[in-house]
Amino acid sequence: MSKRVLERLRAQFGERILETTDFRGDDTAIVAPADWLEVARFVRTDGECLLNQFTDVTAVDYPEREPEQPRFDVVVLARSLEKGHRIRLKTRVADGESLASLFTVWAGCAWGEREVYDMFGIKFDGHPDLRRVLLYEEFVGYPLRKDYPIDRTQPLIPYREDGQFMSKLPPFGQDEGQPWTRINWAARLQGRDQQVSPAIALQQGQRRALSDSTAGDHPESDLGTVEE
Amino acid sequence: MGEVKVLQTGESGFATTRFEDLLAWARKYSLFQYPFATACCGMEFFSVASSRYDIARFGAEAPRFSPRQADLLWVVGTIVQRQAPILKRIYDQMTDPKWVIAFGTCASCGGFYDNYTTVPGVDRLIPVDIYIPGCPPRPEAVFDALILLQEKISNGNREPTVVPPRELPKLSQLRSKKEPA
Repeated sequence: MSKRVLERLRAQFGERILETTDFRGDDTAIVAPADWLEVARFVRTDGECLLNQFTDVTAVDYPEREPEQPRFDVVVLARSLEKGHRIRLKTRVADGESLASLFTVWAGCAWGEREVYDMFGIKFDGHPDLRRVLLYEEFVGYPLRKDYPIDRTQPLIPYREDGQFMSKLPPFGQDEGQPWTRINWAARLQGRDQQVSPAIALQQGQRRALSDSTAGDHPESDLGTVEE
Repeated sequence: MGEVKVLQTGESGFATTRFEDLLAWARKYSLFQYPFATACCGMEFFSVASSRYDIARFGAEAPRFSPRQADLLWVVGTIVQRQAPILKRIYDQMTDPKWVIAFGTCASCGGFYDNYTTVPGVDRLIPVDIYIPGCPPRPEAVFDALILLQEKISNGNREPTVVPPRELPKLSQLRSKKEPA
């Protein structure tokens, strides 16, 4: 339905639209970071696109894409209330690069961009108030980056040393579905530990690699790339 | 109550006991509670507190929304790292004697959350008297916890305890019928 939007974008920007895909009505346009603000403003104001409702801004981390390609995808979802169509805009930014804030286009993305900053550490130029939104100021690093160690916690107040502590209560024990959260990304990026989840492994006839995906057994799982 | 001696002198009489026992007996039936509800378990807590299950039957009917007036802290739901200082502060404001119930698996041990944001059990922050398993627990399990706590108050036991699982009587009857004699 929103193919018209993609056509309009291609007609307007030509080569600057790097890639477009259309999968079952999900239309995506990938643009360069330099064109990010301009394309967003165009689809917001252009009479044929008129994407006046901002839905969400988020990011995806693909550490295996480095160094050939930038590491993060920043994704914006927008919708037109008048025309009824939707589009997904994507751009690719590397670690440490900043991106233009879309705050002046859709005011609603202010908190979304704060969340992306909070979780991935992508900075947005021109954002009025770029602070952490869900986590606390004392938090070091960005937890949704795939190289953030899965078992690293940063307590605001120190844990008690004395006393008895409860371990996992049923049905949340280590062999009751808990280990699926424990993906050893360091090993996976080196080509080891391709395990997705115990259930999928079972389907594929693999042995459950619980020991290989338990972070505690792997000293190298701590990549040590936490930034200030 | 602990040790009670009844002295009958003619038509009237009197009973004696130890002061601590009398105090514990009074405390266990007048628990003023502070509900610290943060997540979905809060719904079960409302259910326990409202008329259908009615926790008032067990002498724990008065919620107090100032920790200074409360002596039983219900930690109902997931506690995230950002909320930990608030919970600790509330616990510190309560006056002695005070008790803590971890309501549900998240409050007890972090539940299925095992990540950067969740406290793996409130016992890492404050001492807990009773753990209620369940995601969320049934109201019956909550009553079991309260009765267990009252027992512990009356005999002065501060050992952390997990509420044992309870089976419906109907279910156990069915099971015993299935098994060949």
